[in-house]
Amino acid sequence: MPYSPLLIRPMREELTSAGFSELTTAEAVDRLLDETQGTTLVVVNSVCGCAAGGARPGARLAIQEAPRPDRLATVFAGQDLDATARVRARFGDIPPSSPSMGLFKDGELVWFLPRHRIEGRDALAVAADLRTAFAAHCAPVAVPS
Amino acid sequence: MGTFHHDKHELHGITVIVETSASEVFIGRCDDIVAQGVILRDADVHREGDPASVGKSRAEFLDHARRFGVWPNLKHILVPADRVREISRLGEI
Repeated sequence: MPYSPLLIRPMREELTSAGFSELTTAEAVDRLLDETQGTTLVVVNSVCGCAAGGARPGARLAIQEAPRPDRLATVFAGQDLDATARVRARFGDIPPSSPSMGLFKDGELVWFLPRHRIEGRDALAVAADLRTAFAAHCAPVAVPS
Repeated sequence: MGTFHHDKHELHGITVIVETSASEVFIGRCDDIVAQGVILRDADVHREGDPASVGKSRAEFLDHARRFGVWPNLKHILVPADRVREISRLGEI
């Protein structure tokens, strides 16, 4: 049975208040991920306290400093079913899990963090993984001369 | 913030590897550990000699799971206690 929208609203807002765009339809996912230039981080959010409790603050921490993805987005597993299914289709041959995160570069998935790599870890550890991925795949911010 | 279930085993919600005494390995999200065995959700299994496992060695199964997780081919399963040899966290291999 789906959780009450009232219960999950703070969990959505934990990401949207940090600048993540919430994708609630398959069409919105396509519009974002059809973009073939730059980098996009997609967080598959979930209610699960065992893992999402570290995933959301970890994602918030990781984007505080450059390099960071050009675009930030999120879908909510178990709530926004079509959007979540479309994101998972974009993950290709990777089993579904939530929470999880994928980093796309020029339209291709280049990095993925499955749920079991989030479970039991704190926000700092999750953020460290994300920053390593950002350093590898995201362009540094140009510094005006 | 999230949901927690304090009435369940400490591995509740954690993706675990369950080794059994029958040359099979289950990987899935632990729901609970009770007297009857380990209750897994969204799990998969590799069995030596099982046609469903042909083409993928145990090592390949574990390596793919370590990197990406497992397909939820078994939505809910109880691994009987008398077959459980070892339980470990997938995130720690």
